[in-house]
Amino acid sequence: MAKALHRLANPARFLRIASPLLPWIAAGAAVCSGAGLWFGLVDSPPDYQQGDAARIMYVHVPAAWNALAGYAGLAIASAVALVWRHPLALVAARCIAPVGACFTVIAIATGSIWGHPMWGTWWVWDARLTSVVVLLFLYLGYIALLQAFDEQETGERAATVLALIGAVNLPVIKFSVDWWNTLHQPASILRFGGPSIDPAMLLPLMLMAGGFTLLFAYLVIIRMQTELARRRVMALRRAALAVSQPNDA
Amino acid sequence: MTRKHQRLIGLLAAGVVLGVAATLVFQALDDTLVFFYSPTQAAERQFRPGEAIRLGGLVKAESVQHSDDSLKVWFVVTDGANDVTVTYDGILPDLFRDEQGVVAEGSFLPDGTFAATEVLARHDENYMPKEVAEALREQGLFVGEDGEKSY
Repeated sequence: MAKALHRLANPARFLRIASPLLPWIAAGAAVCSGAGLWFGLVDSPPDYQQGDAARIMYVHVPAAWNALAGYAGLAIASAVALVWRHPLALVAARCIAPVGACFTVIAIATGSIWGHPMWGTWWVWDARLTSVVVLLFLYLGYIALLQAFDEQETGERAATVLALIGAVNLPVIKFSVDWWNTLHQPASILRFGGPSIDPAMLLPLMLMAGGFTLLFAYLVIIRMQTELARRRVMALRRAALAVSQPNDA
Repeated sequence: MTRKHQRLIGLLAAGVVLGVAATLVFQALDDTLVFFYSPTQAAERQFRPGEAIRLGGLVKAESVQHSDDSLKVWFVVTDGANDVTVTYDGILPDLFRDEQGVVAEGSFLPDGTFAATEVLARHDENYMPKEVAEALREQGLFVGEDGEKSY
C-alpha cells in the first residue's frame, strides 16, 4: 500500500496523470460554476427572510468549504512530507497554500458583505469569524515561513510544523457554531437531521461547490506543474554549473 | 523500527498531545469564547449594572414597542425560560422582527432592564423560499423565524 502510494507520488508519474486531466477539470469547473450561477442568480427563489441577499451564500459557502478542505489537504501533505519525506507532498503543500488563502479571503469578504445588511454589522469577533481569520493567518504564516530562511529545506521544515499544528483549528472552525454562542448561524448542510435548506437552493449551492472545488484543484495542479518545472530548471542549472566549474564543486 | 516508523509514531504522539492541550485550553476559555449570553445564562451570572455584555435570544412575539417621537424601542428578549426587557435607541437591522434571533450589546440597568447600545440580527440555518415558509407555517410545522432552537 505504502509502496503503491510512493509510486503514484512520483513527480514524473504525477505529471503524466495530472496534465491530461487538466483540461477536463477546467471544463468541469466552468460548466459547474456556469450552471451554478444560472440557478443561483436567476432560477432559484429568494429566501423567505433574507430576500436576494441569500444568494451571496452561493459564493460564500463553497469558498469557505474549499478554504477548509484546502487546509486539510495542506496538513495531510505536510504529514506525508514529514513522515515519508516525499518531495511531491512538499510541492503539493506549497502550491495549496496561496490558493487556500485566496479562498479564505473570498469567504471572509463575501461573509462581511452579507453580514452588513443581515446582521447589521460588517464584522464581529465571534468564535466562527475569529477562527476563520486564524485560518487565513495560518495560510499566510505558512507561505511566509517557507521563504523566511536562506536554506529552502529549513523553511520547508518550519512551515510543515506550523501547518500540522494549525490543523487543530479545523475542528474549531467547523464546530465553533455548535460549541459556543456565535452570531454566525449553525451549519445548514453538514449537520445531523439533513440539510435545512430548500432543494431549489441546495442545487445551485452544490453546483457552485463542485465548480469551486474543481477550480481549486485546477489552480493547485497548474501551480504544481510550474513548481516541478522550476525545480527541474534549478537542478539542471546546478548540474550545468558543476560541469563548467568542476573545481568549485 | 525504521526511521520512518519513528517519525510516524512521533507525529501521532505530537498530534495526541496537541489535541489534548487544545481541548484543555478551549475548556478553560469556554466562558470567554461565547459571543453572547442567553437570558438564562445572564440570570445565572448576575452581571453588575453597567458591566458591558452581549445578550442574545429571540425577540418575544408582540413585545416590540416603538416610541412615537424618537427611535427609541423596547422589546423582550427570551430564550423560552427567561425574559429580559431591552431598551434601544437607534436603527434596527432589517431582519429585526418578532421571533427573530437578535444579539444586543450593552449593559443591565439597576432595575434589571438591558440598555442596548447596538442590536444585531442573528440569522438561523434555515433557507427556504417564501411560499415554503408560508406553507410550513400553515401546517404548524414551522413555528416562526427561528423554529428550531439554534443558539
